[in-house]
Amino acid sequence: MLMQTTALERQKGDELVTLAGAGIRRSGRWLVRGVDLSIHRGEIVTLIGPNGAGKSTTAKMAIGVLRADEGKVERKGDLKIGYVPQKLAIDWTMPLSVRRLMRLTGKLDDVALMAALTDVGIPHLADAEVRHLSGGEFQRALLARAIARNPDLLVLDEPVQGVDFAGESALYELIRTIRNKTGCGILLISHDLHMVMADTDTVICLNGHVCCRGTPEAVSRSDDYRRLFGNVGGGLAVYSHHHDHTHLPDGRVQHKDGSVTDHCHPDDGHHHDGHDHDGHAHEGHHHHATHGHADGKGHSHA
Amino acid sequence: MLDDFFLRALLAGTGLALTTGPLGCFVVWRRMAYFGDTIAHSALLGVALSLLLEVNLLVSVFGVAVAVSLLLLLLQKRQALSADALLGILSHSTLAIGLVMVAFMSWVRIDLIAFLFGDILAVTPADIALIWGGGLVVLAALVVLWRPLIASTVSADIAEAEGLKPERARLLFMLLMALVIAIAMKIVGIMLITALLIIPAATARRFSSAPEGMAILSSVIGVIAVVGGLFGSLTYDTPSGPSIVVAALVLFIFSLLPFGSNNLAEQGTTSGGRS
Repeated sequence: MLMQTTALERQKGDELVTLAGAGIRRSGRWLVRGVDLSIHRGEIVTLIGPNGAGKSTTAKMAIGVLRADEGKVERKGDLKIGYVPQKLAIDWTMPLSVRRLMRLTGKLDDVALMAALTDVGIPHLADAEVRHLSGGEFQRALLARAIARNPDLLVLDEPVQGVDFAGESALYELIRTIRNKTGCGILLISHDLHMVMADTDTVICLNGHVCCRGTPEAVSRSDDYRRLFGNVGGGLAVYSHHHDHTHLPDGRVQHKDGSVTDHCHPDDGHHHDGHDHDGHAHEGHHHHATHGHADGKGHSHA
Repeated sequence: MLDDFFLRALLAGTGLALTTGPLGCFVVWRRMAYFGDTIAHSALLGVALSLLLEVNLLVSVFGVAVAVSLLLLLLQKRQALSADALLGILSHSTLAIGLVMVAFMSWVRIDLIAFLFGDILAVTPADIALIWGGGLVVLAALVVLWRPLIASTVSADIAEAEGLKPERARLLFMLLMALVIAIAMKIVGIMLITALLIIPAATARRFSSAPEGMAILSSVIGVIAVVGGLFGSLTYDTPSGPSIVVAALVLFIFSLLPFGSNNLAEQGTTSGGRS
């Protein structure tokens, strides 16, 4: 129950970033809408969800790369951010060594530089050219760069993509160690909930909106959950047990009562009131207590 | 013997090359070659407006370049057309409008070829002062903006997230481009300015292991191309702009050959002189 204790001890005013009803609209379509979340000092928040669910968009909104078209985003004053984006295409015409990459956005002494590279397991690549790195090595370099900044908030968008399986768990271990050592807040995006389960304080499941949220602690200890995960595999399993709506292939949403709307947002004309969950895996339902829907925009599990 | 006008041309050309080196690296890294071309072509509209409104040539060219840059940013935000197509439209329409306007102004006679391809004879001591003064301003601005510019070239998102304001750096960079193109017009001409930005930078790439080194080497290579090109121009009575570009191209071709970087400069100068 260590994680839960930590969660309880979290003080108000400790928030690094708070999003309230935040959304991003592009060419008449909401990429993500009605997001409420906050990241506290020392907290690891994980965003999961399918492709196009708005995970990266939400992260970018939280750190100010994208401006919210509705709702509010508040960041603590002079918040120092370390960011590992999901995609990064460096033109090969720029000669760039790992050492230079590490100093991309700020000064860094050699000792701290090598320490960070050692942490992520690539001290031998300090003078390698970035374009010669493998996908996994590049991800490690990006992670090293972000942690070497010693940030208040670390935002990691699928930080272990391309990293081999053994390296993956080592890097998640490292991420947890950094949190424990520095007390920074971490916003993690992953499609593999199983992998980050043990390291996460709060899981937020996105699919154009916040579908569900909660501490994964109790969930991961429950046999039902394990069975569910074992059967379905991957992060997708988490959606299958507490939804009152289905996302159609064309992006619209079919609700429990059979109505179809463009979105799950209450403004779209559909209201979640009094429905039950037939058709779901009910034997797993006792852990729903851990998924709090405090904002009223989420979906109650009546 | 070196004539006065030739010394002036050398001074002007080397000053210009020192500036276009680092700037050109960003043009290459950020894939803005076509943007540079567009700004350069719009300079002719600036020339025409300068004649029509009787304002200073440099001010007019710079003004049009800035206006075109901002218009491009604005149109890009609307995302109706690709940046590529927008640049094509702006590039050729500004050039065409400039040419049409000049043709209408029957009361002025201008040496169009000098504007399009550069003219050593046209360089005055005032031009030299302008090139070196403007060049120093551009280089100083690049030094100040260096980290945000490099960071946003690698990733605008990282730069933004980590507080380096990439939008501002990008805007200032466009202004610097406009300024350099305005002051470079007399030396290499409207049609060929982008070559002086791109070719030395591309040549420097092979011999560089850091962005900073590439920027400096690119300046050095630009100076060699200017000196070689101007000597060739003097010897064979060829227009200065094309001669400089040919010299730069020769250096670039040498950089592709499997030579070491040590003897490159020497060979480049000799070949440039013969061009």
